[in-house]
Amino acid sequence: MNTKTFIKKYTMVIALGVVFILFAVLTQGRLLYPQNLSNLLLQNAYVLVMACGMLLCILTGGNIDLSVGSTVCLVGAIAAQLLANTGLHPVFVILICLLLSIVIGIWQGFWIGNVHIPPFICTLAGMFLFRGLGRAILGSKTVSIANKTFLNIFASYINVPGLDDQVKWSAFIVGIVISALLIANTFRARAQKAKKGYKQSAAASEFAKIAVIDALILFYTWKLAHYKGIPVMALWVVAVCLIYAFITSKTAFGRYFYAVGGNEKATKLSGINTEKVYFMAYTSMSLLAGLSGLLMAARIGSVNGDTGNSFEMDAIGSCFIGGASAYGGSGTVPGIIVGAILLGVINQGMSIIGLDNNWQYVVKGAVLLVAVIFDVVSNKKTGKAG
Amino acid sequence: MADLILEMKNITKEFPGVKALDQVNLKVERGEIHALVGENGAGKSTLMNVLSGTYPFGSYTGDIVYNGEVCQFKTLRDSEERGIVIIHQELALIPELSIGENMFLGNERKGRFGIDWDRTYHEAEEHMRQVGLKEESTTLIKDIGTGKQQLVEIAKALSKQVKLLILDEPTSSLNEEDAKMLLDLLLHFKQEGMTSIIISHKLNEISYVADKITVIRDGSTIETIDNADRNINEDRIIQGMVGRELSDRYPKREHHVSDTVGMAVKNWSVHHPLYPEKKVVDNVSFNVHRGEIVGFSGLQGAGRTELAMSIFGRSYGTDISGELTIDGKSRTLKTVRDAIEAGLAYVTEDRKGNGLILTESIAKNITMSKLDKVCSKGVIDTDKENAVAEEYKEKLRTKTPSVQQNVGNLSGGNQQKVLLSKWMFADPEVLILDEPTRGIDVGAKYEIYCIMNDLVAQGKSVIMISSEMPELLGMCDRIYVMNEGRMVAEMPAAEATQEKIMAAILQSDKQ
Repeated sequence: MNTKTFIKKYTMVIALGVVFILFAVLTQGRLLYPQNLSNLLLQNAYVLVMACGMLLCILTGGNIDLSVGSTVCLVGAIAAQLLANTGLHPVFVILICLLLSIVIGIWQGFWIGNVHIPPFICTLAGMFLFRGLGRAILGSKTVSIANKTFLNIFASYINVPGLDDQVKWSAFIVGIVISALLIANTFRARAQKAKKGYKQSAAASEFAKIAVIDALILFYTWKLAHYKGIPVMALWVVAVCLIYAFITSKTAFGRYFYAVGGNEKATKLSGINTEKVYFMAYTSMSLLAGLSGLLMAARIGSVNGDTGNSFEMDAIGSCFIGGASAYGGSGTVPGIIVGAILLGVINQGMSIIGLDNNWQYVVKGAVLLVAVIFDVVSNKKTGKAG
Repeated sequence: MADLILEMKNITKEFPGVKALDQVNLKVERGEIHALVGENGAGKSTLMNVLSGTYPFGSYTGDIVYNGEVCQFKTLRDSEERGIVIIHQELALIPELSIGENMFLGNERKGRFGIDWDRTYHEAEEHMRQVGLKEESTTLIKDIGTGKQQLVEIAKALSKQVKLLILDEPTSSLNEEDAKMLLDLLLHFKQEGMTSIIISHKLNEISYVADKITVIRDGSTIETIDNADRNINEDRIIQGMVGRELSDRYPKREHHVSDTVGMAVKNWSVHHPLYPEKKVVDNVSFNVHRGEIVGFSGLQGAGRTELAMSIFGRSYGTDISGELTIDGKSRTLKTVRDAIEAGLAYVTEDRKGNGLILTESIAKNITMSKLDKVCSKGVIDTDKENAVAEEYKEKLRTKTPSVQQNVGNLSGGNQQKVLLSKWMFADPEVLILDEPTRGIDVGAKYEIYCIMNDLVAQGKSVIMISSEMPELLGMCDRIYVMNEGRMVAEMPAAEATQEKIMAAILQSDKQ
């Protein structure tokens, strides 16, 4: 791989590195404090989770879901009210909320997939509908959540008694184990390919990539170990990202999303049910929005009528910054994770510096625009954009 | 010396890999109606696009002399300013706008503030009267029929002070009455001194209106025939249109047609998806044996693609009726998935629009129609997928550095091979190939023919839809001829000639 293709392939990773170092310098190292790094993940948990779902929608042809912020509010409101006013076990509450999210998703997926209502309009309607319902359920009040079990499921830290008394060694141990597994897995995959006589990619670049990823994992878990350890929320986020990365890159089901976005007519003529693809994209999106609602409710400890406001924009922005094509058909989960973290670093960096909230919007907008311009211009060369 | 309004000299136009026009010459006298005839893809429309500036100056070689001056049109607007107006087969009208708005689109009548609507509608109606349209100019385009829409296009041309009017297949979508009216209108304008160039397949129409007829074949002018006495020799034109040498452009093969019928279709009718009262395919029956290549000949719009797609899991049309048997079993295929499972494959004529995902890799395109073959429990084995893609790359000799290459980066011929690979991977028993060699070079064509021969040698049935008659004659065992949705002839390829096929089509037109 020459320098040019390397830069093209890893543009956003390089951009993330540059921005991170920039803010580390500008904040005189405060960005690197364990507490700030831990918060970076927690504050962006909902973005990461929803960006995974949004990716599927965007893959189908640059379609977005505007209603997710409102779904966060509605699901959060129902969880808060159920916990406050009924004696239901928190696990039941969570299941009810997730089921309800799926129902919301089926509602949207049906109109978009089967009745062919333009997604933009259908989800705009959803945005008003669910926000209104959420506020009605809250009775225009802020409802706080006191249930310890519920909070623990989403917002506590992993703490092994005896081991994690001073420094939370469990976090670092997890980091070491994951790093080792990644290396082992690379060896195993290469051995398998060699056995079957398939083509191998260059060993040097493959191991270099793993080395960088391992170094980052070790660095991050080291920092977590010196704060409160691994947040439970991180487990939820990692699980969602892994599942969606697996679906999009490894399964036939995931491949269909790319196919529909690449050429819907050809996909249909290949015997793939495109209506179902749209349906599933929006159903999964709402499920993840519901999960985000629970994560937010637990992290803040309360839900009000403005919970989840403009979250859809963060999720959409992360996808486009992370390299999802505005025309659909391309984009990866690792890409949007980078996009979401990039947005998160910019947000947090500016907050630490003490920059006015208004300017954060300006910077976010500029970054999004640049990323999409980049996508459109590079697509023009391959001939996809008119 | 004749008074020439237009002379095109030695026009050569190349597309990547294909020479569409090769040293074409065309002379048009002032005040005449000049017809251009030729097979699909002969280069008629390309020539007119060169003339109108759609293909700008510099993208072709040769000279356009118009009114005694060498012209270098860079855009459509340049040529329109000089009075050259082209009306395409696909009308360029916006259905939701009124006749008047359409007529002055891009050429608005401006008042002191914005558009002067009174003047727009007044002038529009003046031009409409000239073409015999009695509608209000505020009527929406979608509310008038195709015939009248065609007249609106002509009125629009008049509003641009047209001196030379070019009509590309103007009557292809009109019924006989409307077509006659349009042709008479052209004769009327001729008396007023307007020059027209008309592209058409319909020889009876041409002999009715044209003063001169230029025959184009394979991107070259063959001859210009004088039709002043309105008594042309149709055979001579047909000969000129199709008369190519049949050399060894087709691979030899053993004919081993089996007695078993692979697929049979009986009394098949299909209606237009948007205008359900219109029959696109009308009571068609045909069959294809195992080990047989059956050709479908006909002009564009004969309903062959529509027939094929409606069989292929109802992917075209509404209100489809008829019987379908595959391998002796009666089948109802409601979805494309059903059709693929039943052993059917349809290789589209529009490989970029309907066939391939240009932004995806060769490997991903190939496995798309039967992804479960490289999956276990829904998880794709990418290594297996790549191995399969490599196998087809070798088998079909697709020229590409890697199967990870995006299909969009390949040449037309190699894209076609990927498309064929995709459908061969689906393991069909019956393959319908729709214009499998369109827009690809001679070498790639030969390779595609070889692949077809391999397929029938394996006992599969192949249906080949093609507008190139020599190719059908060279490759098929049997040829069906379709025209306007109906099956008009069936002949063994050994007895078929291009003249016979053309004659069958023309004959059915007259009925």
